[in-house]
Amino acid sequence: MKVSGTRVRAILTKELRDLRRNTSVLVAMLLIPLIFSIAPLVNILELSSAASSGVSHYNVLLYLLGIPATVPAVIAAYAVAGERQQGTLEPVLITPIRREEFLLGKALAALLPSVVVAYVVYAIVLVLIQVFAQAGVAAAVLHPSEMLVQVLFTPLIAGWSIWLGIAVSTRATDTRVAQQLGVVAGVPTAVVAALVAYAVIPATFGLGIFFVALLVFLNVTGWRVTSRMFDRERLITGTK
Amino acid sequence: MNRREGVSPAAAAGSEPAISVAHLSKRFGDRVAFDDVSFEVGHGEVFGFLGPNGAGKTTTVRTLGTLLQPSGGSARVAGLDLNPENGVEIRTRISIMPESPGLYVRLSVRDNLECFAGLYEVVNAAARIDQALKAVNLVGRASDPCGGLSKGLRQRVSLARALLNDPQVLFLDEPTAGLDPVAARDVHELIDGLRQRGVTIFLTTHRLEEAERLCDRVAILNTTLRAIGKPDDLRLRLFPNALAVRTVAPLRDPDLVFKDLPGMKAWHRDSSGPYIIAVADTAAAAPALTRALVAAGADVLSIAESHHSLEDVYLELINEDVEVVAK
Repeated sequence: MKVSGTRVRAILTKELRDLRRNTSVLVAMLLIPLIFSIAPLVNILELSSAASSGVSHYNVLLYLLGIPATVPAVIAAYAVAGERQQGTLEPVLITPIRREEFLLGKALAALLPSVVVAYVVYAIVLVLIQVFAQAGVAAAVLHPSEMLVQVLFTPLIAGWSIWLGIAVSTRATDTRVAQQLGVVAGVPTAVVAALVAYAVIPATFGLGIFFVALLVFLNVTGWRVTSRMFDRERLITGTK
Repeated sequence: MNRREGVSPAAAAGSEPAISVAHLSKRFGDRVAFDDVSFEVGHGEVFGFLGPNGAGKTTTVRTLGTLLQPSGGSARVAGLDLNPENGVEIRTRISIMPESPGLYVRLSVRDNLECFAGLYEVVNAAARIDQALKAVNLVGRASDPCGGLSKGLRQRVSLARALLNDPQVLFLDEPTAGLDPVAARDVHELIDGLRQRGVTIFLTTHRLEEAERLCDRVAILNTTLRAIGKPDDLRLRLFPNALAVRTVAPLRDPDLVFKDLPGMKAWHRDSSGPYIIAVADTAAAAPALTRALVAAGADVLSIAESHHSLEDVYLELINEDVEVVAK
């Protein structure tokens, strides 16, 4: 099957334009993880230098990988259910676009803002720790290798979360239900990130490679499986 | 129904029709949307598809537009067999203007059209969008958000969107539904313009005067195809030639007046007053009728050909179905 870049780009551009005119969605995407970052951040900022050796065994900031695991569901869950609810799905489906192209455009449109939000929140947390935490604590918490992991894993986790959200969206009839289920579907990934952050699952190089391979596989499989779940007839008529 | 009546003039002339449908049917579980539908639409023809709510009109359009899989039968659309393998290619060659415009309301008119130009992979999209905007008289509103447009203007945007890929076959599904008379007239003029450009148009509508005005041929669907042909032919088929006579007072002995008219078949008095006389040839019967009325001493108000609209044809056929269901 040949994927048309022009058609994928048409969906992506439309989605980004729509998002730009609906900035409240972006603000909500940014505010929720910021609010949930406050408590752990305060804990770190309150630590004395003497406690720095205690936190150096952990990869505390990896819990922020919970953001790309849950935040994209807000947009992804809207991808199909929202179009259907607005009555804009049928005009798109009567064009030559293939379901794989439509979903890829939707996924990329959810990925870009999600990754930006996750990076922005991470950057804010880093700056606050660097500026306000005790020097010893900051040195113990801010590992360059951890930053690399954050940068690398954020799009992979966001991608997987998006495919889960879109899969829910292809089956849901109500956008709100789709969004709630989409967030729930991202929770297991966030839990794994938290377990690694708090060293319940030891963060090793080998494990990192395994997770990268697993997430790449899940992203490709997610695209294929979601495309198969995308049934034009059921989406248009509500039957089957 | 005579199979030849479903054959378009173009097909009869030998060229492949724009749409050719043979015994097509669609079921959703036990529910039959439409059944055993056969017809052809020639290139450049405006073909009206009429029927009551739930008759299967929109489902037929969606099936021919490859959105739904037929349950039985076969079809060719824009030169291609209707099957899943040809879905992308068929959708490239046709356009459907759905009943609901389905525009992205936060985006401008131009943004909406740019999106769809991309989906159709239109070459030189900017120029094509300008052409489409010009065709629907929306050049001045290109930057307006679609959410702020009236229903009539949204229909125009929807039509402009359907023109972007320069379709061989354009399906218009209730294009004037919910529009006021002025907006509906604008859409009619746009359709007229497309007809003059030779675009094949498949028009579903509830508005019978719209079908009568715009369509070369019409089909009446009520799950199955009830009739197909030119509006005039359908009228003649269902309602024979007749003369309508209005008199100041009722005739004393109408049988005596009408019995010797050339080609006289039957007569009855309409509930609204006139005598309706079915004849073989109105032109031959009218002078004789005039003489007979004068000879009978009748005070004649008018003698005219009895005219039946497409609405009469439609109601006659649909009422037959209602009566069958009632029995």
